[in-house]
Amino acid sequence: MKARVTVTLKSGVLDPQGKAIEGGLAALGFAGVDSVRQGKVFDVELNTADATKAKAELADMCEKLLANTVIENYAIEIV
Amino acid sequence: MKSAVITFPGSNRERDMMYALELTSGVAPVPVWHADTTLPDVDLVVLPGGFSYGDYLRSGAIAARAPIMDAVRDFAEKGRLVLGVCNGFQMLTEAGLLPGALMRNAGLTFVCREVLLETASTANRFTQGMTKGAVWRCPVAHHDGNYFADADTIKALEDHDRVAFRYARGTNPNGSINDIAGITNEAGNVLGMMPHPENLVDPLQGGTDGRAFFESALSVVAA
Repeated sequence: MKARVTVTLKSGVLDPQGKAIEGGLAALGFAGVDSVRQGKVFDVELNTADATKAKAELADMCEKLLANTVIENYAIEIV
Repeated sequence: MKSAVITFPGSNRERDMMYALELTSGVAPVPVWHADTTLPDVDLVVLPGGFSYGDYLRSGAIAARAPIMDAVRDFAEKGRLVLGVCNGFQMLTEAGLLPGALMRNAGLTFVCREVLLETASTANRFTQGMTKGAVWRCPVAHHDGNYFADADTIKALEDHDRVAFRYARGTNPNGSINDIAGITNEAGNVLGMMPHPENLVDPLQGGTDGRAFFESALSVVAA
């Protein structure tokens, strides 16, 4: 089973990299960009067919390593 | 005061730290490897600076889950001293031994320079022998030193005198909230700081301002 975990910064957490990308897009002439937030994507392959079990295990992985829940949120998607 | 310094794959300041500890305590620290699962019988454990695991995922994130870290957690719970400098500070926040997180520097660049540090609190086991409000020179070298925590955590740190060091006189190199350069846990036996006092203990390094910190931290058990 394949899963995709998306980790994003919580709202209110300053994202200097997102800000720099925003500036880069403006420099390229993209005038319509209000804001950019940078995040991470993890594509994980699991050796189970049980989606419920997989989601529970992925949530545990996020809590323990993939995300830093002090500053980040995570979303899990079975693909 | 007996101490130990843990080396992780990618650590690079462990020798500087051992040099500073031996210089100020007269006792050679015990080297510990990240894959070890027990700590020697010491009073202080140091997580040194560097780029453990190439800063992959998040700075300090993988090292914070290394085999030795359970022993470090037990050691801290027993009230013994744990110091994390730079990458070590990042590990302590990732391990949950200190609150908050160290984010990318606000200016996005790696900063390697000297700053001025104010000893903002002497209400912990590390800085109790230092002069509150004193400002001293200290090198910094990091890319992720921008201390962040939610408003309640910052308030708790400030209200309980847990901000040990602040960048002084406009020298904040990373945009950290309230110019925070170092914080302690509630009990005052775990300290994390971004600057490198171990790199200013010998005249050959250009000064000895960092010595007062080690003399204070190392005097606790020795006294």
